[in-house]
Order: sequence, then structure tokens, then C-alpha cells
Amino acid sequence: MTTQGLERVIAGERALEVEQVRKVFVRRDRKKGEKRTRFGRRKKEHVTALEGIDLRVSRGKVFGVLGPNGSGKSTLIRLVSTLLLPDAGAIRVFGHDIAKDPFAVKRMINRVSVDAAFFKKFSPIENLMYAARLYGLEAKQARAKMREIMKRLGLEEESFDQPMEHMSRGMQQKVAVARGFLTSPILLLLDEPTTGLDPHSKRDVQGFVREIRETHDATVLLTTHDMEEADRLCHQIAIIDRGRIVALDTPEGLKALVPSEDGAATTLEDVFIKLTGHEFEDEEASK
Amino acid sequence: MSRFVREMRGAYAFIERNVNLIKRYWGWELVWLIYSLTNALAITYIGNGMSAISGTEIDTQYVVTYLLVGALIWQYLSVIFYAISEMIAWERWEGTIEYTFMAPVSRPTHLVGTTLFAIGYGIVRTLVILGIVVAFFRLNLGGANIGGAVLILLGGSVSFVGLGILAAVLPLLYPERGAQMTNAVAAILLLISGVYYPVETLPTWLQTIASVSPATYVIRGMRACLLEGRPTIELLPTVFRLVGIGLAVIFAGLFVFRYVERYAKRSGRLKRSG
Repeated sequence: MTTQGLERVIAGERALEVEQVRKVFVRRDRKKGEKRTRFGRRKKEHVTALEGIDLRVSRGKVFGVLGPNGSGKSTLIRLVSTLLLPDAGAIRVFGHDIAKDPFAVKRMINRVSVDAAFFKKFSPIENLMYAARLYGLEAKQARAKMREIMKRLGLEEESFDQPMEHMSRGMQQKVAVARGFLTSPILLLLDEPTTGLDPHSKRDVQGFVREIRETHDATVLLTTHDMEEADRLCHQIAIIDRGRIVALDTPEGLKALVPSEDGAATTLEDVFIKLTGHEFEDEEASK
Repeated sequence: MSRFVREMRGAYAFIERNVNLIKRYWGWELVWLIYSLTNALAITYIGNGMSAISGTEIDTQYVVTYLLVGALIWQYLSVIFYAISEMIAWERWEGTIEYTFMAPVSRPTHLVGTTLFAIGYGIVRTLVILGIVVAFFRLNLGGANIGGAVLILLGGSVSFVGLGILAAVLPLLYPERGAQMTNAVAAILLLISGVYYPVETLPTWLQTIASVSPATYVIRGMRACLLEGRPTIELLPTVFRLVGIGLAVIFAGLFVFRYVERYAKRSGRLKRSG
């Protein structure tokens, strides 16, 4: 891991602090030739998802996390979302510990994940109203705001009252993005938010992320498989592999780590392949 | 905005969501209503046919009313039990569990919203079934103590809210089969609580277990009100016992739920959907 990255953290209020976080899952998966206990149970297997993760994100910045599938990106997002508890280390959101004060953390965050999970028979309005009420928003204001965000994201007004199950994957993902923005979080957790979107929709979402950061002073933690997206949006990027940070720096700082070949400018994809030994397309294909 | 207002909005989210689920799955609701109705009718017809089965003259109307009270009260209590125990199962089925658990809404608020919906839904559903069933049988509730029956029912509702919370941890612990496990809990309560027969007909060891089931006291109290017309003052010990058991089970349920939620967050069980 490059140490310059940690040292270059922009001074200012810390939106997110992750200190020496470790997360291990216990699995009893079926495997050929697996060992069993005396009582016939499958033996436990310990899978380390994150090991000694350290990062700090300053307020108002977009922090990217890149990594192959299974590298621990989503586990990190789930930990910050209070959906998982770390086995070791600490995570603080604006000074509030996610394990000791989850309620305060929940009020400051929202998350958009790659799997647009909704009540599929509900309309976008019904789903968003459910989310709005859970976050204590006033119904009339919430209704106006959700319409505005969905229009801004390019959703047709006729689709607002249609069941989600009749919408395309891309449209569902846009509603998921609207749900994440609706509650005006000051820390927005974006777990591959543009996966499955067409290029135009991708631009809509990316533009909205920039806008919410600028107008609402929001901090963004973004995981993505889209290197251009990371390059375009992120102030800092951590590359993680097998649960460990292998590099952390600004996009330019990361590109400087890998010498250019054939005179062509180094891209983040070159850096990613060099540091993780993975082809990005392979990762996408294996999803 | 005060914390109270925010929490009330949170509680209303669960009421509105559940009402929307009924609207969107109305076909399933209809099937479930027909199932419950035919079940109540089938059980009550056993009473109608008792004279023919046994070959002796019996008070058919009393037996019919006895069975019908059991069928309707069980219908009401089981609706409350399932509506609360499914508060996690629905989120598992739809895949929204992570979003609900990530929201800044406390578990007691989650419970208040779900409970208010469950009681309202249980009353409406039971009244619909009662309205249809009375067309099939001649019931004589002339001397019944309706006010006492309502009191018993409210006390019983508190108990079943607690049992529902305890059962709701099953889908949290077992993503794939947890929801089905709650059926086993309901079936055991049905067996031991004297819903269709006096508890005294059970083996002694089952009677011992029946004595800790709140349903035993609800059913017994309801029959005392509706069949025997017992005055409310005589029913107060039963009401207090039901509320006492109910509060104890609710606090135990909340404690267990909190512990299991923490375990689910440690082990990563919130992620998997059933």
C-alpha cells in the first residue's frame, strides 16, 4: 500500500474513519471431499473478508473503493451501513461509532446497492414513501421531492405509479438511486450504483452524485467496477484485494505508480491490473 | 422535528406498507380468507354432526357454539401471531431487509407499527368470517357477556404480540426456513391450548405445558363470557394474568430479538434472503 495516500488526506472534518477493521465470516459450504465433525456437521470454514482496513474520508469528498469481486468492497459498505459488526477495529461516521451508536449513524447515511431491492408489486412512489416514512420525512414534502429526483434521473412520470416488477433493471436501479438521495444523507454509500445502467443513465446518476455532493455537502463512499467513473468522480481511491488495501491515493497518484507503456497514458485499469493481478473484464464476466 | 414525531412516522410506515401488501396481494388474501372460513365451517360442522356420530342425544347448539368460539378466537390470535412473526419474513421474501434494518427506526417502533396493523387486520378478518359463519349456524349468544369477551380478547392480544416477536427471530436466524418454523410454533399452541376441546382431555404432561400458553386462558375466558355469561368481575384475574404474561413475553421477545439482531449482524445473516 502506498503511504502517501494516507498522508495526503485532505485536512478537515472526518466524515468516515475506518481503523484496523477486520471481518471474518464462518461458512459451512458444501465442498467435494469436505471434512465433517463427529456428529456429521460440516466443518466450519473461516473466510476473511477484510483484514486491517484503515481509511479516512474527509467531509464533502468522494472516496472510491476498487477491487475484484469478493475483495471485500461490499462488506466494507455493509459495515459502514451498520448492517454488519466488525470483529476487530472501529468505524466512525462523523465521530459516531457504528457499533456503539448505530442510531446516530443511521440518521446520517443512506446506501444504494447493486441489487435494487424493493417491494416488487409496489410502485416507485409507494416504495419511496415507505423509505421516507422510515426516515421520518413529512409525507407531502417527501412526495414532491421523490418526484423531482426521479424526473431528474430521467424516469418517465407515467412509471411512477406502475409496479416495480414491470420496470426494466435500469429503471429499478434509478429508483434505488432516488431512494438513496431522498433522505439527503450526509454520507452516501454507493455500492456499484451504475452497474446495469445504459451510458446515458450512468451519466445522469454520476451528474446527480456530483450535484448532491456540491449542493448538499455530502460525502460519498463509492465502490465501482467502472474505472472511468472512479476517475471522473473520486477525489481518492483505495484499491483492495483479498480484504486488504493494496493502494490508496488520488486517481493521479495511483496512475503515477504504474509507468506508461508504449507512450500511452496510464489508466486506472492499468493500475488495477498491475496491483491486483486481475483483468477487470474477467471480474465483470464472472458476476 | 421531535423524536416522537419521527418514530410515529416510522411506525406508520409499517402500517401503510402492510396495507399496501394486502392491496397488491389481494388474490392471496382471498384464498387465505376462503381457507380460514372453510376451516372454521368444517370444525363447527363436527359439532353439528356429534349426535349422528355418537348416536346419543347431545346439546348440539352448545357444542357448535363451543367449537365456533374456539375457531374464531384462534383465527384472530393466529392472525396477530403471523402478522407479527412475518414482519421479518416479508422483508426476506422481498429482499428489502437490509434497507429496513439500516433505517433510523427503533425496533420497538417497528413493533408498534406492526402490532397496530396486526390487531386491526385481525379484527376485520375475524368479523368477516364471523359474518359469514353465522349464516350457516343458529347461534344463541343471548346471555353472553360481550364486554368481558372484548376485555379478554385485548389481554390475549398483548400475549400474542409477545409470542409473535419471539417467533419473528426465526426468519432472522434461519433465512431459508425460518418463516416455515413459525408454523410449528402456531401448531403447538393450537394443540395444547384447548382451542377445540377442554385442556383436561390432554395427557397430564401436555396440560402442564398448556398452563403456560396464553391461548389457554384466552379461549377459556372467552367461553366463560360467551357460553356461560360470567360477569366481568369474575374474569378480571384472567385478564390480569393475560396482560402479565403478555408484558413478560413482550419484554422477553424484545430482549431476544435485540440479541439475535446483533448476532445476525455479526454473522452476516441479514444479507441472505430466503
